[in-house]
Amino acid sequence: MLMFILRRIGTMLATMVALTLIVFYLVTLPGNLEKLAKTEGEMRMTDAEVESWLEKEGFNRPFLVQYSEWIGNTVRGDMGWSRVFRKPVSEVIGERLGYTGILMFWVMAVMVPGALLIGVLAGMKEGSGLDRTLTVGSVASTSAPEYVTGIVFTVIFASALGWFKGVASTRSITFENFTLPVMTMAIYGMGYIARMTRASMAEVMTSQYIRTARLKGLGFRTVVVKHALRNALIAPFTVIMLQFPWLLTGVVIVETMFNYKGFGFTLIEAAGNNDINLLLAISWVAVIVVLLTQLISDIGYAYLNPRIRVS
Amino acid sequence: MVETIGTGEIVIQSIARFWPTWIAMAVTLSAGYLVRERLGMFGRLYGSRIGMAGLALVLFWVFTAIFADQIAVMGPLEQSFTFGMKKAPPGTVDLKNGVVFLWGGDNLARDVFSRIVHGSAIVLVIAPAATLIAYMVGSTLGLPAGYYIGWIDTVMSFLANLVLAFPVILLFYLLVTPEVNRPVPVDLGFVTLPWSIPIGMAAFFFIFPILFLSLMWFTKYEKDRTRLSLYLAVTLAVGLWLYSGLVFNADPLGVVGMAPNELNIFAAVILGSSPGVFRIVRGLTMDIKTRDYVAAAQTRGERPWYIMLWEILPNARGPLIVDFCLRIGYTTILLGTLGFFGLGLQPESPDWGSMINHGRSFVRLAETAHMSLFPAIALMSLVLGLNLLADGLREESLKD
Repeated sequence: MLMFILRRIGTMLATMVALTLIVFYLVTLPGNLEKLAKTEGEMRMTDAEVESWLEKEGFNRPFLVQYSEWIGNTVRGDMGWSRVFRKPVSEVIGERLGYTGILMFWVMAVMVPGALLIGVLAGMKEGSGLDRTLTVGSVASTSAPEYVTGIVFTVIFASALGWFKGVASTRSITFENFTLPVMTMAIYGMGYIARMTRASMAEVMTSQYIRTARLKGLGFRTVVVKHALRNALIAPFTVIMLQFPWLLTGVVIVETMFNYKGFGFTLIEAAGNNDINLLLAISWVAVIVVLLTQLISDIGYAYLNPRIRVS
Repeated sequence: MVETIGTGEIVIQSIARFWPTWIAMAVTLSAGYLVRERLGMFGRLYGSRIGMAGLALVLFWVFTAIFADQIAVMGPLEQSFTFGMKKAPPGTVDLKNGVVFLWGGDNLARDVFSRIVHGSAIVLVIAPAATLIAYMVGSTLGLPAGYYIGWIDTVMSFLANLVLAFPVILLFYLLVTPEVNRPVPVDLGFVTLPWSIPIGMAAFFFIFPILFLSLMWFTKYEKDRTRLSLYLAVTLAVGLWLYSGLVFNADPLGVVGMAPNELNIFAAVILGSSPGVFRIVRGLTMDIKTRDYVAAAQTRGERPWYIMLWEILPNARGPLIVDFCLRIGYTTILLGTLGFFGLGLQPESPDWGSMINHGRSFVRLAETAHMSLFPAIALMSLVLGLNLLADGLREESLKD
């Protein structure tokens, strides 16, 4: 087990270095740097002036020198100065990540129990009417990306009925303005997790030990709750963890759509305004989140399922 | 003075306008029903209600895309200059020429209905084509990874996981910004080619279909020299011709070409979806490799690539077809995401993602919500169709 975890962490570190190298390379391409020089200095800079500005800021040094300087600082927590927000990047990131954290908490709080419940109910009796209805419902929910459901919900619940607000503010988190973004994000992921849970549940329900329990004379409800659930929830666990990278795209879409100034919104601002330091820090955080969840999912799966041989 | 028609009439006229689609669907579905015994997996779809619903939705959009010019009443960029047609609510009649804006007009007085119909042609070309190329890339790399395992697998799985760990949206932002993908001419001595990172990526990905087909012919007709050279010649001639036109916009005949914007999103979408294909092909290969007929082929002394392409791949087709349907839907969503952030095609393009992005700022008022609501529903119905079709196919393929 320890070797397994160490190997996973090794791969994770290699992935992290490779990804940050790519991001660093893409962000500091000559075109981006030229634009940066012009927004920082003056729009009508001559090529020579751009060149001297880049020289002064240290962008003309060898690529690997710049990269190692950046990664050295980042690991120590100094991510530089955000040119758009006029604040240290770490401050911006910390603040915005907190807002997104609140949003994600509610999304998870709605999505995970909902999806597990739907999946277990559908997989309990495969092929029943309830199963068919719930399955079609989950397929429909995975077919509607955030930018579709977001718009449909806004039109119905905000524009037409006026129940909720179509804008979510980071300052006041109320039921009224948080329902739509949370619902939009939760629904897209819910169908997928529900389908995984259903498949896993249906498989468990056909296994020998469930039949034995039934033949012993236990009630259907007891068998489902006490015997089937535990084994059926192993697969959805990994799926839920692997949802995080996917949720990141969702976060960006939903935050843009509902004007919620969180992490995703910051990504768009950083990319749109060519804020190199901020963009690098965002990629760094995003990559760490993705890799950590993958690691947790791997370890958790091995831990939960003793049949998985860790070798 | 603005004249509108009622909701009932909007529905009836919308249905009526799609008449070429309905006829084509009726013909296809009934022809399919007659020969369903010979269609294998697809024929058995007729027994599944979910699968049929999916197939009907997909066929609806496929035929709408084919007959787009007959169905749409206006061009994708055509504006009406009659008073009151800007942001016109659904069902408004253009008083000058009597054209009804069934699904309303956008803020530039273009017909939303016609734009969605024209947009279907764009979406239904790019999404399946990009998925197909992603499949060729994923199969060409996934087969050896699953077959040989060892270091090939380690390296390629690492690369695939690298791309999968990259948040898609960030990747798109980094790749599709104008600063990154402005083509720079590169002089190779005999020819000058445009070069940028997306072009480089496309140059890498688009070689795979040629490689894949050549490998297939090469392994199958190794003994039959005349056939082999014929097939190879055709593949290489057509492939390289398309390649030069699509990737470098340097088609010697000047027929095939792609705008730089289109190439960028093509490359980005292929990059985003080929690791997934790689993983599923690799997994299936590892599974099928242990079957008896593979062992038989190995004993016969067949080459590894023959076994991979002609023994393993055909036997993996069931799950792969299902995954292909799902993945086209996923690619459609990705394309929409790109459009939503304004990173896709030209902003005025009628593809659904761009339309949603365009109408997004008007969504908070019920009177103007139709501008993004209708393309959103169109996108969802296509993806839903593909997902239901995949579900039906999966159910049918599990039966045997």
